[in-house]
Amino acid sequence: MSEKHHITPVWFFVGVLFLVYGVLILGSGLAEWPHPPNTVLSELHAPVWWGALLIILGGVYCTIFRPGRKEN
Amino acid sequence: MTAILGMLAAGRLVRLAPVDLAIVVFYFALVLGIGFYLKRFARTGEDFFLAGREMTAWVAGLAFVSANLGSLELLGWAGSAYQYGILAAHWYWIGAIPAMIFLGLVMMPFYYICKTHSVPGYLQLRYGKATSGLSAVTFAIMTILMSGVNMYAMAVVMKVVLGWDLNFSIFVSSITVAIYVAAGGLFSAIFNEVLQFFLIWFGALLIPILGLIETGGWHGMVARIQHNFPGQDFTHMWGNLGHFKDNPMGMHWTGIVFGLAMVQSMGYWTTDFLVVQRVLSAKDIRSAKLAPVIGSFFKMAVPLIVILPGLLGLAVLPMHLVPNNEVQAGQFGYNEVLPLMLARYCGPGLLGLGITALVAGFMAGMAGNVSAFATVWTYDLYRPFIRKSAPDQHYVSMGRWCTLIGVFISIGTAYAAKHFASIMDYVQALFGFFIAPLFGTVLLGMMWKRVSKAAGFWGLLAGTVSSVTLFLLMQGKFPFLNPESRGRWIGLFALSPHAQGLAQDMYQSLWSCVTCVVVTVLVTMVTEPRPDSELHGLVYSLTEKAKEEHTSVLHRAAFWGVVSLLVLAFLQIIFW
Repeated sequence: MSEKHHITPVWFFVGVLFLVYGVLILGSGLAEWPHPPNTVLSELHAPVWWGALLIILGGVYCTIFRPGRKEN
Repeated sequence: MTAILGMLAAGRLVRLAPVDLAIVVFYFALVLGIGFYLKRFARTGEDFFLAGREMTAWVAGLAFVSANLGSLELLGWAGSAYQYGILAAHWYWIGAIPAMIFLGLVMMPFYYICKTHSVPGYLQLRYGKATSGLSAVTFAIMTILMSGVNMYAMAVVMKVVLGWDLNFSIFVSSITVAIYVAAGGLFSAIFNEVLQFFLIWFGALLIPILGLIETGGWHGMVARIQHNFPGQDFTHMWGNLGHFKDNPMGMHWTGIVFGLAMVQSMGYWTTDFLVVQRVLSAKDIRSAKLAPVIGSFFKMAVPLIVILPGLLGLAVLPMHLVPNNEVQAGQFGYNEVLPLMLARYCGPGLLGLGITALVAGFMAGMAGNVSAFATVWTYDLYRPFIRKSAPDQHYVSMGRWCTLIGVFISIGTAYAAKHFASIMDYVQALFGFFIAPLFGTVLLGMMWKRVSKAAGFWGLLAGTVSSVTLFLLMQGKFPFLNPESRGRWIGLFALSPHAQGLAQDMYQSLWSCVTCVVVTVLVTMVTEPRPDSELHGLVYSLTEKAKEEHTSVLHRAAFWGVVSLLVLAFLQIIFW
């Protein structure tokens, strides 16, 4: 995104955010699996699949936009 | 819902688990870290105030949409969707998309080619200091007031939803924003707006997903709404706009088309400095044209996380929400529909993500307004009127100090809003006073070389005065007039005494813009125009248009602009 200043792309920071949040949310979802919270549709275990989605997206963003990668 | 009522009795809507707190704390740590990282790159005035003009079309486009997608907006429009139904989506579709495309394809070439740093900067080049000074003063006041209002609104939401102390919320958020914006300038503000954009989407998207699963899809939701609210139409966008009485908003289609689409949205999306500044940070003219077009696609999708939760609230919430100023003990206001839906579906982890998204939205709103204030003050008031020739580093220092002072003033505004709740309504109204006439002034200046300097100033002033006058008349607050007469004024200017607040705003914008244009034309007729030699790059007929022969169709902003408008048309048909 920045040729003049060689700033780490903002997408890398988005990836870091997703990765950390994904781990936290997935972990929380697995921990509460036997006793889901008292929310509507808790039986769907949304934290597990939403957390997994965040981890995948975060991993992809961090890999593609990591600092020091060669830009085309 | 029993659990929610119990928490409300204890002074909060939800309780954060340790994982939720970890999510919130990590966000604060990340934005501060980004601010400190970017400080080394914000060395010159262009770096600090315009992010070095290096942003790609995607980053500028996302920041452009995100600058408008604050939490005040999220909560407010979800509440409006609960109150008015899918009609609220007009403010995201016909009330935004055409204006964004117009900005990208027609107006950005002028803003970008003349190398201005702001909308008042363009006005100075086109009309001179008097007009830009008037615009800059009003922008500066509005942005700093909006920053304070954002701050207070966030503190109130955190108090209602989480039970956090108001002072704690105000000071923690303001100190964080002050640090990262003073450090990295517009770089920081834009980076955090992009983060906020993704956070809001991933924090709020589960609500419509789970909500539609619960209701059995769109038709199931509509059936439930009709069962809960018999005789009211919440799910048609145009079919019930033939008469003011046929829809919950008291709106006629002329207000949507002429007041909202042609004036109010055009005024906001093409002249509001906060959003235009993001596009001005683009790295080249092609990116500057493409950024608003890219933004338009994301803007079109926002009703999924804002309007749909409001509609789902109508379908699934066991209680009826009430107007925000009529909330009694045990009741919830319209603006609480989004937190209520969050609490309904989201347990530990997801709740923290949703709350952090709201906090991020508020803070990005504050940061955007504070960075806009710093730019307008430094470049449009301090440099032209107070200290004309100083080294670039002097203006960068002024920008950093101005950021800190701006946050300090915002804290004062936040506490003022705490004691005078109606300030928030007036700040929103204040915003509306200037935007519609400003659009008339800017558009005439860009399209008609005959418009003189004096005409620009007097047209803008006349439009603003007429906007204030209409507001006072329709609110029943005009001095020396009987407040009971407001119904008559609403019937006259908003075409029906049944027109509600949003409908009145539309017609206020329409008439103030018309006033601006008429006065500008009349004054133009009796004053001398500027010579053509002074207007190159500022007026359409005197600006060389960039050729795009070597650009493939798929890379042209115009192509994607047309695609965006076709998608818009398709959505209007689906939800007719």
